[in-house]
Amino acid sequence: MTEAVATVAVAPPTTRKDWSSDQEVRWCPGCGDYSILAAVQTLMPDLGVARERTVFVSGIGCAARFPYYMDSYGMHSIHGRAPAIATGLAMAREDLDVWVVTGDGDALSIGGNHLIHALRRNVNLTILLFNNQIYGLTKGQYSPTSELGKVTKSTPFGSLDQPFNPVSLALGAEATFVARTHDMDRQHMMETFRRAHAHRGAAFVEVYQNCNVFNDGAFAGITAKANREHMLISLAHGEPICFGPDGEKGVVLDGQGRARIVDVAEVGIGNIVVHDETRAEPGLAFMLSRLSTGPSEPTPIGVFRAVSRPDYGTETTRQLVAAQGNRPADLTDLLRSRPTWTV
Amino acid sequence: MADTTAQQTHDPVELDRVIIRFAGDSGDGMQLTGDRFTSASALFGNDLVTLPEFPAEIRAPAGTLAGVSAFQVHISDHEITTPGDAPNVLVAMNPAALRAELHRLETGGTLVVNTDAFDDRNLTKAGYRSNPVTDGSLDRYTVYEVPMTTLTKKAVTDLGVKPRDAERSKNFFALGLVSWMYTRPEAPTVAWIESKFANRPLVRDANLAAFKAGHAFGETAELFDHPYEVKPAVLPAGTYTNITGNTALAWGLVAAGQLSGLPIFLGSYPITPASDILHELSRHKGFGIRTLQAEDEIAGIGAALGAAFGGHLGVTTTSGPGVALKSETMGLAVSLELPLIIIDVQRGGPSTGLPTKTEASDLLQAMYGRHGESPIPIVAASSPAHCFEVAIEAARIALTYRTPVMLLSDGYLANGSEPWRLPDVADLPDISVDFATEANHADVDGNPEFWPYLRDPDTLARPWAVPGTPGLEHRIGGLEKEDGSGNISYDPANHERMVQVRADKVAGIADSIPLLGVDGDPDDAELLVLGWGSTWGAIDGAVDRCRARGHKVARAHLTHLNPFPRNLGDVLRRYPRVLIPEMNLGQLVKLVRAEYLVDARSVTKVRGVPFTSGELEAAMLKELGDQ
Ligand code: SF4
Repeated sequence: MTEAVATVAVAPPTTRKDWSSDQEVRWCPGCGDYSILAAVQTLMPDLGVARERTVFVSGIGCAARFPYYMDSYGMHSIHGRAPAIATGLAMAREDLDVWVVTGDGDALSIGGNHLIHALRRNVNLTILLFNNQIYGLTKGQYSPTSELGKVTKSTPFGSLDQPFNPVSLALGAEATFVARTHDMDRQHMMETFRRAHAHRGAAFVEVYQNCNVFNDGAFAGITAKANREHMLISLAHGEPICFGPDGEKGVVLDGQGRARIVDVAEVGIGNIVVHDETRAEPGLAFMLSRLSTGPSEPTPIGVFRAVSRPDYGTETTRQLVAAQGNRPADLTDLLRSRPTWTV
Repeated sequence: MADTTAQQTHDPVELDRVIIRFAGDSGDGMQLTGDRFTSASALFGNDLVTLPEFPAEIRAPAGTLAGVSAFQVHISDHEITTPGDAPNVLVAMNPAALRAELHRLETGGTLVVNTDAFDDRNLTKAGYRSNPVTDGSLDRYTVYEVPMTTLTKKAVTDLGVKPRDAERSKNFFALGLVSWMYTRPEAPTVAWIESKFANRPLVRDANLAAFKAGHAFGETAELFDHPYEVKPAVLPAGTYTNITGNTALAWGLVAAGQLSGLPIFLGSYPITPASDILHELSRHKGFGIRTLQAEDEIAGIGAALGAAFGGHLGVTTTSGPGVALKSETMGLAVSLELPLIIIDVQRGGPSTGLPTKTEASDLLQAMYGRHGESPIPIVAASSPAHCFEVAIEAARIALTYRTPVMLLSDGYLANGSEPWRLPDVADLPDISVDFATEANHADVDGNPEFWPYLRDPDTLARPWAVPGTPGLEHRIGGLEKEDGSGNISYDPANHERMVQVRADKVAGIADSIPLLGVDGDPDDAELLVLGWGSTWGAIDGAVDRCRARGHKVARAHLTHLNPFPRNLGDVLRRYPRVLIPEMNLGQLVKLVRAEYLVDARSVTKVRGVPFTSGELEAAMLKELGDQ
């Protein structure tokens, strides 16, 4: 069976403008989504990919408007289902770059099932989860990442729900690539998205995103310029995990299956954990993901895990090719494949 | 060794048809027995129709009424359309099977019982206070008492089979016996056992020995006067195979892929009685078919829709409860105007209902089960073999009109089988499609651009531009779109126009479907019987019987339920009375009354089994005032 469209080798160069559609961007002024869009549109020409081979698929929510603003192929689907729809598209068309743009409600509440299964199957998708810890489009209810006790329209006495930690969740769902970035640092976003795009298989990126209307400043305690040095732990593969203005803080494993923050001077640099995103066992990545319980404590960003595992589309194609052998299957043979008799 | 006298006594007596029902415990292998008897009969050249019936539980407690599994097969030397009303022969492997199934057997019918199973424990479990085989309560039947378990054990002990395992082969003993009783050729069954159990030589040999022992028992025991024979049917010339509805549907989808030139993508979640379509398609990767066993029903249709966006022929298979879960995505497919096939193998509802029992009560769900004005074309299969054709027709509509299509089958068609005259592949329709490759519009400055909702004036279908096509990058979604450009639009007048155009597009499919044919007495019939779905066979038989009694009855059967054939209104108005048999509480009748303002009457059944022709004959005679 031939694919719908033959593959082309090299894409002609593009500019940021080529990737911007003619649609007016309609997020609230000041929304963090603008800077994420800018980061993606700026990055795309660098990736050397063709617009016609790029598809953005989204569900419902503020973030889900994203595909309308990208001048590529796109689908704005229904609430929570983007990973499922994108799974079909990526399985059918290995030649495409399929991105999923989703939010904390879309991916972790109504669509939680699809997200975990896309991750464990390792479908070749780049999944960007804009986490603003609130429902924006429905005007301000708590979300599955909102902190305990959060007072919103639907929780006037405070939320009783233990929030999800999206990075921990993705690691538990057998994801092969898990990263975190935030909307206040375009360079960090671009670098993280570039890594995610280069990963073959399901790449999951949590993006801390400010909803300035319903949850303003949710991440300011760690992402504001003044706080970053103290509060963001930038993960770098092969490097000891240190942070602080002079790298004076570091991360150790305490023998209880926990990561802990210590003064480097107290334990010595040799005892600080060296980050290894390629470990087959997700234990280290998981411990790092548990370092902070919310954006008020020092929080790791960057790539937690990047391991290689066959992706779903490639494996699907491998089975098809093996079954086809030298000769395509024949319909007449199929119809006669069960016992027949002639009248 | 048979002597000459015995040979004479054993000359078969010819029958024009026979209905046999095998019944036993779920663990007794009755489905397999029925299936093998059917295969041998098919290869022998009989016409046949089958009705497998099994409990929802995988293994209900042994010996109980709840655990009874049965398989009915009707074989004949002429064309038939139903599994038959009352069985002529009932094979009962235990007391529960006898108790659950005896009421179906015709008076004076033949009963073959495995007497070994009629011990006190089994009798009590089945609710018998005394043994019906010996207490005279079966006097109205011809009873053959056969100690099948003992005879099977005797036949296989020399092979070294453990006594517990030996008993497992008793269904092959029953098969051998009934095969002798109806002069079935032994070779196909022997060959099947040999290949099926090739890797387990002991099981193979035990089953072969049991089968041959059953056959020999019929021939040598003084029990039977003679065997019977049902000669091959005179069917139209051609090559035939025996096929179930689910296999025919799967093959129809394979064919649709070949005929359209598009790869098939199936997204599905296992559900009774549709899972066999997933199983079958998963085997045919050689045709470039991708199958995904999704995490849930919603993901199944979602993935199929995603693949459709990528230029594949997307399909999802399910039963009623799954359709309910898929309905939001079906609405999205209506809005996206992408081809998609949704197959509903209906079963008893609501909710989990009767998972293994047939019903056709999802017609209104198919028609209306979505929010908003969300029209979806509907086609329905009327027999197991018809499923093949209907799958291709569903694909044709989906691809031509860029729309989701519902295909309705049901549990009876799914598992039932009939001989199918294989089509010549060259005669199958061409349903190939063209993807959009070029801009179709100019912007204000005269630059070419692509409008994803600029329609074909005839079909109202929108262009299908698949990712990978340079210059046609576009975004689609569930928000209302501006007519033509496809940009998001909240404009009220535009919304009204789009709602209307989607309705018009589906209504316009009627231009491409054949007019409804009417069989018999077109001008002066007293009664028209209108059917849809699997009621076809029973209606066919019942109309024949009414005609034999001198009544003028016309019949018509719908494959297309949305839109209806253009002449349906005329047909309905031509007859003084219209009767619509349905396996629900009257769903088509509501549509027909609403659409055409005719006083159509309803006859309904929701008992998990198809109508018999006898039941429909009675309903027709009542309508005709002939009681
Ligand atoms: S509601 Fe919040 S998340 Fe949504 S667009 Fe406005 S600021 Fe952004």
